[in-house]
Amino acid sequence: MIPPSFDYHAPRSLGEAVSLLSSLGDEAKLLAGGHSLLPMMKLRFAQPAHLIDLGAISDLRGIREENGALVIGAMTTEAELLQSALVRNKLPLLAEGASQIADPQVRYRGTIGGDISHGDPGNDHPALMLALDASFVVTGPRGQRTLPANGFFLGLYSTQLAPAEILTQIRIPIPAAGTGWSYQKLKRKTGDFATAASAVLLRMKGTTVAQVAIALTNAAPTALRAAAAERALVGKAINAASLAEAARLAMGICQPAADLRGDGAYKTAMCGEMTRRALEAALARARA
Amino acid sequence: MAKLHNVSFKLNGKAVAAEVEARELLIYTLRERLAHTGAHIGCETSHCGACTVDCNGASVKSCTVLTVQCAGADVLTVEGLERGGALHALQQAFHEEHGLQCGYCTPGMLMRAYRLLEENPNPSEAEIRYGMSGNLCRCTGYQNIVKAVQSAARKLAAKPAAA
Repeated sequence: MIPPSFDYHAPRSLGEAVSLLSSLGDEAKLLAGGHSLLPMMKLRFAQPAHLIDLGAISDLRGIREENGALVIGAMTTEAELLQSALVRNKLPLLAEGASQIADPQVRYRGTIGGDISHGDPGNDHPALMLALDASFVVTGPRGQRTLPANGFFLGLYSTQLAPAEILTQIRIPIPAAGTGWSYQKLKRKTGDFATAASAVLLRMKGTTVAQVAIALTNAAPTALRAAAAERALVGKAINAASLAEAARLAMGICQPAADLRGDGAYKTAMCGEMTRRALEAALARARA
Repeated sequence: MAKLHNVSFKLNGKAVAAEVEARELLIYTLRERLAHTGAHIGCETSHCGACTVDCNGASVKSCTVLTVQCAGADVLTVEGLERGGALHALQQAFHEEHGLQCGYCTPGMLMRAYRLLEENPNPSEAEIRYGMSGNLCRCTGYQNIVKAVQSAARKLAAKPAAA
């Protein structure tokens, strides 16, 4: 289980990384935490001629608060997210999601930017980013642009990132005080991808829903925002009938791939169940 | 012939260097070039944790880290746990609590537990099980592994200098 040969590059700056990536073209892959890419290389699912290691670029790490948002460097690891008081206090949904990714050793290496850029619908950050209305700062040879998470994920391993662009920052607006949250993830065992998972942010006004975001992991070729389920909940109380309707609408957009975790019908049903549980858990945490 | 990289890092406190291809995984450098065979190769797919070592204050699966990524790093393996002939509290506790049966997973268990206790010196049983969940024991000796980590935490709390 040894990866195929490649040339290794360890740029010291983002500018150097961008110019390497544009000159080497699609022969090159970016190396972040390496816990998706190196396993794929061992299996020959990926055989890049060049690896550009982003590990030495300190500008790509760190978490800070800026204008009502958290700004997270793309090379920030899952462990760093979990150790961050800012993330725990301001974005508890992100902390709850990160705590369920893989296992401790993988969380020390795996990065939020790598998880997002990889475009794997089984990864957890894409749905979390959709629920949190995040935006992504990407840098390429023609400069920097900012893309909303909603619309970023195009298909299996496919995103809006242009060939020589690097995801550098994740910007996440801090939800209003009192917002409830939950990430409910069904997995067979530690380290497995989700059979189904649902991320929920919920703001209540009195006993009715003022605002809700629902996003699904591993339910389709990309993470999905369950917009119809959200619309059906706004202005309603959360009870057995509205939960069942939200789950039904969330299941309506699922197109999961059958695999060892289950067939399409089972995974779709579990997406509905995870959505129901996430709404209930978010409700218990919400303050009107 | 692929290009060789001269990678220097600290291994159990001593400066070491190795000439490696970029694709060489840290576990091979440790075992085959630097004669540190404590860390084991179990699954080689970053599932089992037998190859866990400590790198720059983090537990990592050395089958999924390139040696070239460790230039300048501070690496600690199970060989570096004992001090002056005395077992580390974790090693002593695994011995006393029968925290190993065949022993294959033990170096990885010890190195993961080492970092867990550095970060959380007084973990609950649930925190130990969550914190050790990246390490598999095919003998299924988890009960005693958890007991050993709890015992080591008490030993370290009683004698902080021994850490």
